[in-house]
Amino acid sequence: MIWLASLVVLLPFLGAFAGMLLGPSLTRLLGGRSGTDTPPLRNGPALIACLPIAVSLVLAAIVAFVAWQDVDERTGSLTLIETGSVLIEVGLQVDWLSAFVGLMVCCVALAVHVYSVAYLKGDRRYSSYAAFVSLFTAAMLLVVYSGDLLVLYAGWEVMGICSYFLIGHHWEDRANSRAAVKAFLVTRLGDVGFLLGVLVLGVGAGTFEIDEILRNVDELSAATATAATLLLLAGVAGKSAQFPLHTWLPDAMAGPTPISALIHAATMVAAGVYVVARLHEVFVEAPTSLVVLGVVAVVSMVGSALAALAQDDLKRVLAYSTISQLAVMAAGLAVGADTAAIFHLLTHGAFKALLFLSAGCVIVVAGSNMLAHYGGLRRGMPITFWSMTVGLAALAGVPPLSGWFSKDSVIEAAQHAALHGGESAVASAAVTPPGSTPGLYALDVDPDGQVVNLPGGVAWLVYLGLLLTVALTAAYAMRAWLMTFFGEQRGSYEIREPSRLMSWTVAVLAVPAAILGFFGLGAAELRPHVGAASVSFLLVVVGAGAAFLVWNGDPAADPARVLGRARPVFARAFYVDELYALVIVRPIRALARYVVTFDRRQVDAAVVGSGRGATWLGGRIRFPQNGNVQNYLTGLLAGVVVIVAGVVIFL
Amino acid sequence: MHLAYPTIVAALLFSVGVYGVLARRNAILVLMSVELMLNAVNLNLVTFDIWYRDRLHGGQVLTLFTIVIAAAEIGLGLAIVLLVYRNRRMVDVDRLRALAEDSTRPAALEAGPQPEPGGEKAGAVEEAAP
Amino acid sequence: MSGPEVVFTLLGVVAVGSAILVVTTRNLVHAALWLVVSFGALAGGYLVLTAEFVAWVQVLIYVGAVVVLLLFGIMLTRAPIGESTDLDSGNRWAAAAVAVATAAVLVTVMVMGFRDERMPLRDGGGSAEELGAAVFRTWVLPFEVLSVLLLASLIGAIVLSRSDIRARPESEARQGTRPDEEGGG
Repeated sequence: MIWLASLVVLLPFLGAFAGMLLGPSLTRLLGGRSGTDTPPLRNGPALIACLPIAVSLVLAAIVAFVAWQDVDERTGSLTLIETGSVLIEVGLQVDWLSAFVGLMVCCVALAVHVYSVAYLKGDRRYSSYAAFVSLFTAAMLLVVYSGDLLVLYAGWEVMGICSYFLIGHHWEDRANSRAAVKAFLVTRLGDVGFLLGVLVLGVGAGTFEIDEILRNVDELSAATATAATLLLLAGVAGKSAQFPLHTWLPDAMAGPTPISALIHAATMVAAGVYVVARLHEVFVEAPTSLVVLGVVAVVSMVGSALAALAQDDLKRVLAYSTISQLAVMAAGLAVGADTAAIFHLLTHGAFKALLFLSAGCVIVVAGSNMLAHYGGLRRGMPITFWSMTVGLAALAGVPPLSGWFSKDSVIEAAQHAALHGGESAVASAAVTPPGSTPGLYALDVDPDGQVVNLPGGVAWLVYLGLLLTVALTAAYAMRAWLMTFFGEQRGSYEIREPSRLMSWTVAVLAVPAAILGFFGLGAAELRPHVGAASVSFLLVVVGAGAAFLVWNGDPAADPARVLGRARPVFARAFYVDELYALVIVRPIRALARYVVTFDRRQVDAAVVGSGRGATWLGGRIRFPQNGNVQNYLTGLLAGVVVIVAGVVIFL
Repeated sequence: MHLAYPTIVAALLFSVGVYGVLARRNAILVLMSVELMLNAVNLNLVTFDIWYRDRLHGGQVLTLFTIVIAAAEIGLGLAIVLLVYRNRRMVDVDRLRALAEDSTRPAALEAGPQPEPGGEKAGAVEEAAP
Repeated sequence: MSGPEVVFTLLGVVAVGSAILVVTTRNLVHAALWLVVSFGALAGGYLVLTAEFVAWVQVLIYVGAVVVLLLFGIMLTRAPIGESTDLDSGNRWAAAAVAVATAAVLVTVMVMGFRDERMPLRDGGGSAEELGAAVFRTWVLPFEVLSVLLLASLIGAIVLSRSDIRARPESEARQGTRPDEEGGG
C-alpha cells in the first residue's frame, strides 16, 4: 500500500525529468516534428507526461479503493534522517483523506495533461511545460501522501516554484512574468510562516511525524498549539489564497488556462485547505486559530464573491470564485466540519477543473478572455455549453449536482455551530470514510469526539457569510453563464467546438462534477438536511433569479451594471492590490531605492572617490609633465642645487 | 692673486648661463647661454691649472679641448635648430612639447607641417633640441 | 688688492655684466654682440691669469667663429632682428630663483674652500710653446680623438642641415648606423 502510494508520487516526478530530457528526442523517434502540429500519439513530451499520470491515477484509484474498504490508516517510512535532536522520517501516510484527495489530484492532473496537448499545440516550450505540470502534480501528491511535516513542506515548496514557472509560461509578456513573480512572492510570504509553524509544531511535539503529532495532541501546550497553528495559517492563507494573501490568485490567470485549472482545482490552493484538514486536531486545540480562520474565511468568501460579480474577465470570475469556495472550505474547517470541508474540496476540484477547462475551450474559440466578447455561444459548441452549465450549476449549488451536497454539508455544520452556542461535534477524521453505499459504512462518530469551541458570534458570522456567499455565487455564476452562452454573439469569430481532445476531456470531467455529490450520501454528516438545504436552495434561486432578471431586461448589456457605483470597487477587489501597493510595495521600493542610492552615494562613493582622487592627483601631478623641457631642466637643476646645498650645509 | 676672484667670476658667469638656459625661449639664445656656462668652466680650469702650477698644463689643454668641443657643439646645435626651424617654422623651446602625451599637446602644435620623410629624424631632433 | 686683482675684477665685472645683458636683452642681435663683449672680457681675464694662448684661442674661436655662427643662426631662423618681448619663457622667475640659488651655493663653496688660497702668477706659464709641448707630448691621444670628434660633428651638422638627404628605408636603416647618431656623440 505504501509502495503503491510512493509509486503514485514517484511516477509523475520521474515523468517530469524524463519528459524534460527525453521528450523531444522521443518525438523525433516517433516520427513527429517538435514544435509543429504533431499528432498526440507522436508527441513525445505529451506521451511521457500523460502515461505516468495515467498509471498514477490507476494506482491512486487502487489505493483509494483499499482505503475505502479498510479504513485503517497506514503509514510507512521510506528512510530516516538523523538530525541530532528531532528525527526526520521520510514517510508516507495513507488514510481516507489522503487517498481521496490523491485520487482527485490524479484525475484533474490527467485531465489537464490531456487537455494541454491540444491547448498548447505547437507551443515551443511544451516539453518544459508538461514537465512542470508533472512535477507540480508530483509535489501535490507528495503533500497529500506525506506522513511527515517536513516532507510535506518539501512538496509544498516545490509546488511554489512550479507555480512560478507555469504561471509565467508565456513570459515574453511582461505582465505574465510579473504575475508569476507576484504569485511566488506572496505565497512565499505565507511559506515563511508555514515553515516556522512546522518547526514550532515539530519541536513542540518532539516529532515531525503527522500521525504521532495527532496522537499526542493533548500533550501540546495551548500556547504551542496556538502559535503553531497561527503560523501554519499564514502559509495556508498564502497557498489557498485567503484574505490577506489572496491577491496573487486573480493575477495568476496570466498563465495558460489548463494551469489555472490545475492550480485552482487540484494542486496549489487545495494544499492549504488539505493541510488544515490534515492537522485539524491541532487546530481544534487552538480556538484562537479557529476564530482567525473563520473570520478570514468569511472576509474572503464574501469579498471575493462580490469581486467575482463585477469581473469582466471570465477567468478572473472563476479565480475569485475559487477564493470564495476555498473560503467556504476554510469556514467548514473553522466550524469543525472537516469532513464536509474535504468533501467540498473534492467536489470543488471536480467542478472547478471542469469550469476552467471549458473556459479554456471558450477562450480558444473566441480568442478573448473578456465576457463582453462572448454571447450566444451555446449554439455552436453544445458540449462545452452543457459541460460548463453543469460546472456552473455545481458551483452555484443547484441540486442535485455535486456542489449542492458539499456546500450544504458545510452550511449545515455552520448552522449547527451557530445554533448550538458555537459547539459542534467533530467526527474524528481518521475513521470517517466519506462515501459509500448508505448504511454499509455509516458514519462512525468517534465516541470521544472533540468539541470545537467557537465563540457564538463567530459561528453566526460564518453561517451568515456562507448564506450570503451562496446567493452571490449563484448570481455571478448565472451572470457568467448568461453572458457567455446566451444573447447575441458579440464578436466576429466562428463558433465551433474546439479540438476533440479538449471538448471530450471537458465532457468526461462533467460526469464527476455532476454526480460526485451522491457519494456523500454515505456519511451521515454529509447528507443534505432539509432545513439548511431549503434555505440555501432558496438563496440560490434568489441570486440566480436576480441575475437573470437583470440580464433579461437588456440581454446585450452586462448584468453587473446594476451594481452602479460599487462596481469598480468590486472589480478592483476592494482595492486590496492598490492598498498593498501603497502600504507595502511603495515603501519597500522607496527603501530599495534608498538603499541603492546609499550604496551608490556612500559605499560606492568611497571606492569610486578614492579612484577619482587618484585620477585627480594624477592629473595634478601630470601637469608638470607637459613636455616643456625647460620646466624639466628647471626642476632638475633646482634639485641639484638643493642636494648640493644640503651637502654643503650639513657635511 | 687671490683665488677667490676668478672662481667667483666663474660661479657668477655659470649662474647667469643657468638663468639663460632656463629662462630664454629662443633656441639660439639658449645656445648662447650654454656657451656662457662653458666659458665659466673654462675659467675655472685655467684658474686651477695655474693654482696647481701644473707641469703638464692639464687645465689649459683641457680648456683648449673644451673650446674645440664647444665650437663643434655650437655647429651641431645650430644645425639642429635650423632643422627644427625647417620643420616647425619656429625655434621656441617651450613650445617643442613632443615629450608630452599627445592628449595634452596643444592643438596649435599639431598644425605645424610634419614632413613625412623627416618625421623620425625630427623626433630625434626635438629631444636633443634644448 | 694688488694690481692684477684690480684688473681682473674690472674684467670680471665687465664679463658678468655683459653676460647678464646677454640673457636679459630683448634684442637677439644685441645678445650676440654682448656675448662678444663678455667673451672678450674673459679673454682679458685669461691674459691676467697668464694663460695667453688660451686667451688668443678664446678670441679666435669664440669671438671669431662661434658668435658669427650664432649670428648666422639668427639670420637663418628669421628671428626678429629688432626688439621683441617674447624672448623669455614662462618660467623666468623659477629660472631666476634657481640661478640665484646656484650662484649662492657656488660662491659659498668657493669662498669657503679657497678663502686663504693665493695663486702664483708667473710669466710664460700659458705660452704657446709650453701648451704646444704639453698638447703634443702628453695629450696627443686625446687630441687625436678630439679631431675625430670634430670630423664626426662636421658630418653630423652637414647631414642635419641638408634637406636633400633622406632617411633610408626602415629595414636598411636598422642594419647600418644612422648618421645623426654619430653626430650626437
